[in-house]
Amino acid sequence: MNWLLVIVGAMIGAPLRHLTDRAVRSRHGSDFPWGTFTVNVVGCLVLGLLTGATIAGAAGSSLRLLLGTGLCGALTTYSTFSYETLRLAETGAGRRAAVNVAASVATGLGAAYAGVALARAIWT
Amino acid sequence: MTARDARTPRPRTRTPRRTVPRSQGPVVAAVALGGGLGAALRYAVSLRWPAQAGGFPWTTFWVNVAGCAVIGVFLVAVTEAWAAHRLVRPFFGTGVLGAFTTFSAYAVDVQQLIDTGHLRTGLACLAATPLAALAAVSLAAAGTRRVLGRRSAARDGAPGAPGRGDTRGGGPA
Repeated sequence: MNWLLVIVGAMIGAPLRHLTDRAVRSRHGSDFPWGTFTVNVVGCLVLGLLTGATIAGAAGSSLRLLLGTGLCGALTTYSTFSYETLRLAETGAGRRAAVNVAASVATGLGAAYAGVALARAIWT
Repeated sequence: MTARDARTPRPRTRTPRRTVPRSQGPVVAAVALGGGLGAALRYAVSLRWPAQAGGFPWTTFWVNVAGCAVIGVFLVAVTEAWAAHRLVRPFFGTGVLGAFTTFSAYAVDVQQLIDTGHLRTGLACLAATPLAALAAVSLAAAGTRRVLGRRSAARDGAPGAPGRGDTRGGGPA
Protein backbone atom coordinates (compact mmCIF):
# COMPACT_ATOMS: atom_id res chain seq x y z
CA MET A 1 0.00 0.00 0.00
CA ASN A 2 2.84 2.39 0.91
CA TRP A 3 4.53 1.67 -2.41
CA LEU A 4 1.31 2.31 -4.26
CA LEU A 5 0.92 5.72 -2.57
CA VAL A 6 4.46 6.72 -3.52
CA ILE A 7 4.07 5.53 -7.10
CA VAL A 8 0.65 7.15 -7.61
CA GLY A 9 1.92 10.44 -6.20
CA ALA A 10 4.99 10.32 -8.43
CA MET A 11 2.93 9.44 -11.51
CA ILE A 12 1.13 12.75 -10.94
CA GLY A 13 4.17 14.77 -9.89
CA ALA A 14 6.54 13.86 -12.72
CA PRO A 15 4.11 14.66 -15.60
CA LEU A 16 3.13 17.84 -13.76
CA ARG A 17 6.81 18.86 -13.81
CA HIS A 18 7.09 18.03 -17.50
CA LEU A 19 3.94 19.96 -18.43
CA THR A 20 4.89 22.95 -16.27
CA ASP A 21 8.31 23.03 -17.89
CA ARG A 22 6.74 22.95 -21.36
CA ALA A 23 4.24 25.68 -20.50
CA VAL A 24 6.92 27.93 -19.00
CA ARG A 25 9.29 27.27 -21.91
CA SER A 26 6.65 28.27 -24.47
CA ARG A 27 6.06 31.59 -22.68
CA HIS A 28 9.65 32.47 -21.85
CA GLY A 29 12.09 32.97 -24.66
CA SER A 30 15.06 33.05 -22.30
CA ASP A 31 17.36 30.07 -21.82
CA PHE A 32 17.15 30.43 -18.05
CA PRO A 33 15.54 27.24 -16.72
CA TRP A 34 12.44 28.89 -15.25
CA GLY A 35 10.39 25.70 -15.58
CA THR A 36 12.58 23.62 -13.27
CA PHE A 37 12.98 26.61 -10.95
CA THR A 38 9.19 26.94 -10.69
CA VAL A 39 8.45 23.29 -9.94
CA ASN A 40 11.27 23.10 -7.41
CA VAL A 41 10.08 26.14 -5.49
CA VAL A 42 6.41 25.05 -5.56
CA GLY A 43 7.41 21.55 -4.43
CA CYS A 44 9.44 22.97 -1.53
CA LEU A 45 6.44 25.07 -0.42
CA VAL A 46 4.05 22.10 -0.57
CA LEU A 47 6.47 19.74 1.22
CA GLY A 48 7.09 22.41 3.87
CA LEU A 49 3.34 22.76 4.37
CA LEU A 50 2.95 18.98 4.57
CA THR A 51 5.85 18.66 7.03
CA GLY A 52 4.34 21.37 9.23
CA ALA A 53 0.97 19.60 9.04
CA THR A 54 2.60 16.29 10.01
CA ILE A 55 4.33 17.89 13.02
CA ALA A 56 1.01 19.46 14.05
CA GLY A 57 -0.66 16.06 13.76
CA ALA A 58 -2.89 17.18 10.91
CA ALA A 59 -1.38 14.86 8.27
CA GLY A 60 -0.87 11.12 8.57
CA SER A 61 1.78 8.87 7.10
CA SER A 62 -0.34 7.90 4.10
CA LEU A 63 -0.76 11.51 3.03
CA ARG A 64 2.97 12.03 3.57
CA LEU A 65 3.86 9.13 1.32
CA LEU A 66 1.38 10.18 -1.40
CA LEU A 67 2.04 13.92 -1.44
CA GLY A 68 5.52 14.12 0.10
CA THR A 69 7.61 11.16 -1.04
CA GLY A 70 5.55 10.64 -4.19
CA LEU A 71 4.16 13.91 -5.54
CA CYS A 72 6.63 16.51 -4.22
CA GLY A 73 9.56 14.12 -4.62
CA ALA A 74 8.76 13.58 -8.29
CA LEU A 75 7.58 17.14 -8.99
CA THR A 76 10.94 18.52 -7.87
CA THR A 77 14.25 17.41 -9.30
CA TYR A 78 17.93 17.76 -8.61
CA SER A 79 19.22 16.01 -11.72
CA THR A 80 17.56 18.31 -14.26
CA PHE A 81 18.47 21.33 -12.13
CA SER A 82 22.15 20.27 -12.17
CA TYR A 83 22.19 19.44 -15.87
CA GLU A 84 20.55 22.72 -16.85
CA THR A 85 23.08 24.58 -14.71
CA LEU A 86 25.89 22.71 -16.44
CA ARG A 87 24.42 23.60 -19.86
CA LEU A 88 24.29 27.27 -18.91
CA ALA A 89 27.93 27.16 -17.80
CA GLU A 90 28.99 25.29 -20.96
CA THR A 91 27.26 27.74 -23.29
CA GLY A 92 29.11 30.66 -21.77
CA ALA A 93 26.36 31.81 -19.45
CA GLY A 94 28.44 31.21 -16.34
CA ARG A 95 26.84 34.02 -14.42
CA ARG A 96 23.35 32.79 -15.14
CA ALA A 97 24.45 29.30 -14.04
CA ALA A 98 25.61 30.72 -10.70
CA VAL A 99 22.41 32.76 -10.38
CA ASN A 100 20.36 29.62 -11.07
CA VAL A 101 22.06 27.72 -8.25
CA ALA A 102 21.92 30.58 -5.74
CA ALA A 103 18.34 31.51 -6.58
CA SER A 104 17.07 27.92 -6.60
CA VAL A 105 18.70 27.10 -3.26
CA ALA A 106 17.68 30.37 -1.57
CA THR A 107 14.12 30.44 -2.93
CA GLY A 108 13.62 26.71 -2.34
CA LEU A 109 14.72 27.02 1.27
CA GLY A 110 12.59 30.16 1.67
CA ALA A 111 9.59 28.28 0.26
CA ALA A 112 10.20 25.39 2.69
CA TYR A 113 10.23 27.88 5.58
CA ALA A 114 7.09 29.58 4.27
CA GLY A 115 5.30 26.23 3.99
CA VAL A 116 6.17 25.20 7.55
CA ALA A 117 5.19 28.66 8.87
CA LEU A 118 1.89 28.51 6.99
CA ALA A 119 1.17 25.06 8.46
CA ARG A 120 1.92 26.40 11.95
CA ALA A 121 -0.43 29.31 11.40
CA ILE A 122 -3.19 26.98 10.22
CA TRP A 123 -2.88 24.02 12.58
CA THR A 124 -1.57 25.37 15.87
CA MET B 1 -0.38 27.52 -48.25
CA THR B 2 -0.47 29.84 -51.30
CA ALA B 3 -2.78 29.53 -54.31
CA ARG B 4 0.09 28.30 -56.48
CA ASP B 5 0.89 25.56 -53.99
CA ALA B 6 -2.72 24.49 -54.12
CA ARG B 7 -2.73 24.21 -57.93
CA THR B 8 0.42 22.15 -58.23
CA PRO B 9 -0.30 18.95 -56.40
CA ARG B 10 2.71 17.68 -54.50
CA PRO B 11 3.75 14.15 -55.19
CA ARG B 12 2.75 12.02 -52.24
CA THR B 13 6.21 11.43 -50.96
CA ARG B 14 6.84 11.03 -47.26
CA THR B 15 7.68 14.54 -46.22
CA PRO B 16 8.09 15.19 -42.52
CA ARG B 17 5.19 17.28 -41.28
CA ARG B 18 6.88 19.23 -38.53
CA THR B 19 4.16 21.89 -38.52
CA VAL B 20 1.77 19.44 -36.89
CA PRO B 21 2.98 18.80 -33.34
CA ARG B 22 3.08 15.16 -32.45
CA SER B 23 0.78 14.06 -29.71
CA GLN B 24 2.05 14.71 -26.21
CA GLY B 25 0.12 11.72 -24.87
CA PRO B 26 2.86 9.10 -25.21
CA VAL B 27 5.49 11.54 -23.87
CA VAL B 28 3.40 12.35 -20.78
CA ALA B 29 2.73 8.64 -20.24
CA ALA B 30 6.46 7.87 -20.53
CA VAL B 31 7.26 10.61 -17.99
CA ALA B 32 4.57 9.28 -15.62
CA LEU B 33 5.81 5.68 -15.86
CA GLY B 34 9.42 6.70 -15.43
CA GLY B 35 8.43 9.00 -12.57
CA GLY B 36 6.67 6.18 -10.72
CA LEU B 37 9.73 3.97 -11.15
CA GLY B 38 12.22 6.65 -10.07
CA ALA B 39 10.23 7.60 -6.96
CA ALA B 40 9.79 3.93 -6.01
CA LEU B 41 13.55 3.50 -6.31
CA ARG B 42 14.14 6.53 -4.06
CA TYR B 43 11.61 5.14 -1.56
CA ALA B 44 13.39 1.78 -1.58
CA VAL B 45 16.72 3.47 -0.85
CA SER B 46 15.14 5.49 1.99
CA LEU B 47 13.76 2.30 3.56
CA ARG B 48 17.13 0.57 3.30
CA TRP B 49 19.05 3.55 4.72
CA PRO B 50 16.56 5.53 6.84
CA ALA B 51 17.48 9.08 7.80
CA GLN B 52 18.44 9.75 11.42
CA ALA B 53 16.71 12.63 13.18
CA GLY B 54 19.09 15.55 13.57
CA GLY B 55 21.78 13.86 11.50
CA PHE B 56 23.12 14.75 8.07
CA PRO B 57 20.56 13.49 5.51
CA TRP B 58 23.04 11.22 3.72
CA THR B 59 20.39 9.17 1.92
CA THR B 60 18.83 12.16 0.12
CA PHE B 61 22.33 13.56 -0.46
CA TRP B 62 23.60 10.40 -2.20
CA VAL B 63 20.35 9.87 -4.09
CA ASN B 64 20.69 13.37 -5.56
CA VAL B 65 24.41 13.08 -6.30
CA ALA B 66 23.98 9.66 -7.92
CA GLY B 67 21.04 10.90 -10.00
CA CYS B 68 23.09 13.89 -11.19
CA ALA B 69 25.99 11.64 -12.21
CA VAL B 70 23.68 9.33 -14.17
CA ILE B 71 21.91 12.22 -15.95
CA GLY B 72 25.33 13.60 -16.95
CA VAL B 73 26.15 10.34 -18.70
CA PHE B 74 22.66 9.82 -20.09
CA LEU B 75 21.95 13.26 -21.55
CA VAL B 76 25.39 13.61 -23.15
CA ALA B 77 24.89 10.18 -24.72
CA VAL B 78 21.38 10.88 -26.07
CA THR B 79 22.02 14.44 -27.23
CA GLU B 80 25.51 14.01 -28.66
CA ALA B 81 25.94 10.42 -29.72
CA TRP B 82 22.99 8.12 -29.64
CA ALA B 83 19.90 8.74 -31.77
CA ALA B 84 17.50 7.39 -29.20
CA HIS B 85 13.80 6.78 -29.65
CA ARG B 86 11.83 9.93 -28.84
CA LEU B 87 10.37 8.42 -25.66
CA VAL B 88 13.72 7.38 -24.16
CA ARG B 89 14.63 10.82 -22.85
CA PRO B 90 11.16 11.58 -21.38
CA PHE B 91 11.03 8.13 -19.76
CA PHE B 92 14.52 7.91 -18.31
CA GLY B 93 15.74 11.51 -18.06
CA THR B 94 12.58 13.43 -17.15
CA GLY B 95 10.78 10.49 -15.54
CA VAL B 96 13.12 8.07 -13.76
CA LEU B 97 16.02 10.41 -12.92
CA GLY B 98 13.82 13.47 -12.41
CA ALA B 99 11.67 11.66 -9.86
CA PHE B 100 14.53 9.69 -8.28
CA THR B 101 16.26 12.93 -7.35
CA THR B 102 14.42 15.50 -5.29
CA PHE B 103 14.84 19.15 -4.51
CA SER B 104 11.94 19.44 -2.04
CA ALA B 105 13.30 16.86 0.42
CA TYR B 106 16.70 18.58 0.27
CA ALA B 107 15.23 22.01 1.11
CA VAL B 108 12.84 20.75 3.79
CA ASP B 109 15.59 18.59 5.37
CA VAL B 110 17.76 21.70 5.67
CA GLN B 111 14.83 23.71 7.06
CA GLN B 112 14.05 21.02 9.64
CA LEU B 113 17.69 20.67 10.70
CA ILE B 114 18.05 24.40 11.25
CA ASP B 115 14.61 24.62 12.91
CA THR B 116 15.47 21.86 15.40
CA GLY B 117 18.77 23.44 16.42
CA HIS B 118 21.15 21.57 14.11
CA LEU B 119 22.36 24.72 12.40
CA ARG B 120 25.80 23.45 11.34
CA THR B 121 24.49 20.17 9.93
CA GLY B 122 21.76 22.09 8.10
CA LEU B 123 24.19 24.58 6.57
CA ALA B 124 26.60 21.77 5.65
CA CYS B 125 23.80 19.99 3.79
CA LEU B 126 22.65 23.25 2.19
CA ALA B 127 26.10 23.91 0.70
CA ALA B 128 27.43 20.38 0.13
CA THR B 129 24.45 19.08 -1.87
CA PRO B 130 24.60 21.56 -4.80
CA LEU B 131 28.42 21.43 -4.84
CA ALA B 132 28.50 17.62 -4.98
CA ALA B 133 25.60 17.50 -7.45
CA LEU B 134 27.27 19.93 -9.85
CA ALA B 135 30.61 18.17 -9.52
CA ALA B 136 28.88 14.85 -10.27
CA VAL B 137 27.05 16.08 -13.37
CA SER B 138 30.13 17.89 -14.76
CA LEU B 139 32.51 14.98 -14.21
CA ALA B 140 30.00 12.49 -15.59
CA ALA B 141 29.33 14.61 -18.70
CA ALA B 142 33.05 15.22 -19.31
CA GLY B 143 33.91 11.55 -18.78
CA THR B 144 31.17 10.45 -21.16
CA ARG B 145 32.39 12.90 -23.85
CA ARG B 146 35.91 11.50 -23.50
CA VAL B 147 34.74 7.93 -23.87
CA LEU B 148 32.46 8.80 -26.82
CA GLY B 149 35.22 10.85 -28.45
CA ARG B 150 37.69 8.00 -28.13
CA ARG B 151 35.18 5.52 -29.52
CA SER B 152 34.28 7.64 -32.54
CA ALA B 153 37.98 8.36 -33.12
CA ALA B 154 38.72 4.66 -33.09
CA ARG B 155 35.83 4.04 -35.49
CA ASP B 156 36.66 6.84 -37.93
CA GLY B 157 40.40 6.44 -37.70
CA ALA B 158 40.64 10.14 -37.02
CA PRO B 159 40.51 12.21 -33.89
CA GLY B 160 36.84 12.58 -33.15
CA ALA B 161 35.48 15.74 -31.67
CA PRO B 162 32.19 15.05 -29.99
CA GLY B 163 29.62 17.59 -31.10
CA ARG B 164 27.49 19.55 -28.74
CA GLY B 165 24.21 18.97 -30.43
CA ASP B 166 21.88 20.18 -27.73
CA THR B 167 18.51 20.80 -29.26
CA ARG B 168 17.78 23.70 -26.97
CA GLY B 169 20.83 25.72 -27.94
CA GLY B 170 20.42 29.40 -28.34
CA GLY B 171 22.88 30.20 -25.59
CA PRO B 172 24.85 33.39 -25.75
CA ALA B 173 28.39 33.14 -27.00
